[in-house]
Amino acid sequence: MSEFRSSRRRFLAASARLAAGAGLASIVAGRPVGATPEALRGAIAEIVGDAQLREGRVTLEMPPLVENGNAVPLTVAVESPMTEAEHVKAIHVFNEKNPQPYVLTARLGPRAGRARVATRIKLADAQRVVAIAEMSDGTFWCASADVIVTIAACVEGIE
Amino acid sequence: MARTLINVPAKAKRGDIIEIKTLIAHSMESGFRVGFNGALIPRDIITLFVCTYNGEEVFRADLSPAIAANPFITFHTIATESGTIAFSWSGDNGFSAAEFATITVE
Repeated sequence: MSEFRSSRRRFLAASARLAAGAGLASIVAGRPVGATPEALRGAIAEIVGDAQLREGRVTLEMPPLVENGNAVPLTVAVESPMTEAEHVKAIHVFNEKNPQPYVLTARLGPRAGRARVATRIKLADAQRVVAIAEMSDGTFWCASADVIVTIAACVEGIE
Repeated sequence: MARTLINVPAKAKRGDIIEIKTLIAHSMESGFRVGFNGALIPRDIITLFVCTYNGEEVFRADLSPAIAANPFITFHTIATESGTIAFSWSGDNGFSAAEFATITVE
């Protein structure tokens, strides 16, 4: 019995590791999980190029549920010492289901002191938002957030 | 000239990281909405925001139609010396606006 338990535990641990690895790998390969449209992938590939996109170091703060998609607060913070040798060069924000994948590109440098940018964006639908940090050493880090929107922006006409 | 709202601390210690908040009145018409006559309303957005500290660029942002109306941007910089922090916005249809704030660094 104990033998069975331990092997079951090992199996569970191994499958959890596998699932976590698969989730990470899908982002690394530029294929975030879910029905991510081609446009988002293309826009990210344009910025990242051949470099590896890793998850981490970036914090994307957004409310999980918003009533009005016309103004959704968004804060991107990146862990970085912000020195001449090691700093964040740019922060890119993308979305999945607006008419265009681009949201914002902020360019900073060691003079920023802290890599933290906040703004308000429009969201046309419940969707995933992706923030990518471009570091001075040429690496790319990302974070994503899922947002549910009850009143969409952009798509409605003027009544 | 579009109305702007700038929040920069009036005083700071040398080397302090200060937070700068900016807001400008602009419709940020995305170009994807349909008007009364069924035709698309042409795009009219701010595409670029630049902040300079005593003439040196410290922050720049490229904006897209997905930025909400009346763009609000918050960022940080290091208070290095007393002087002027200048902000400029430019965009479609020749839009351009500029504002500045003064800071005293001790």
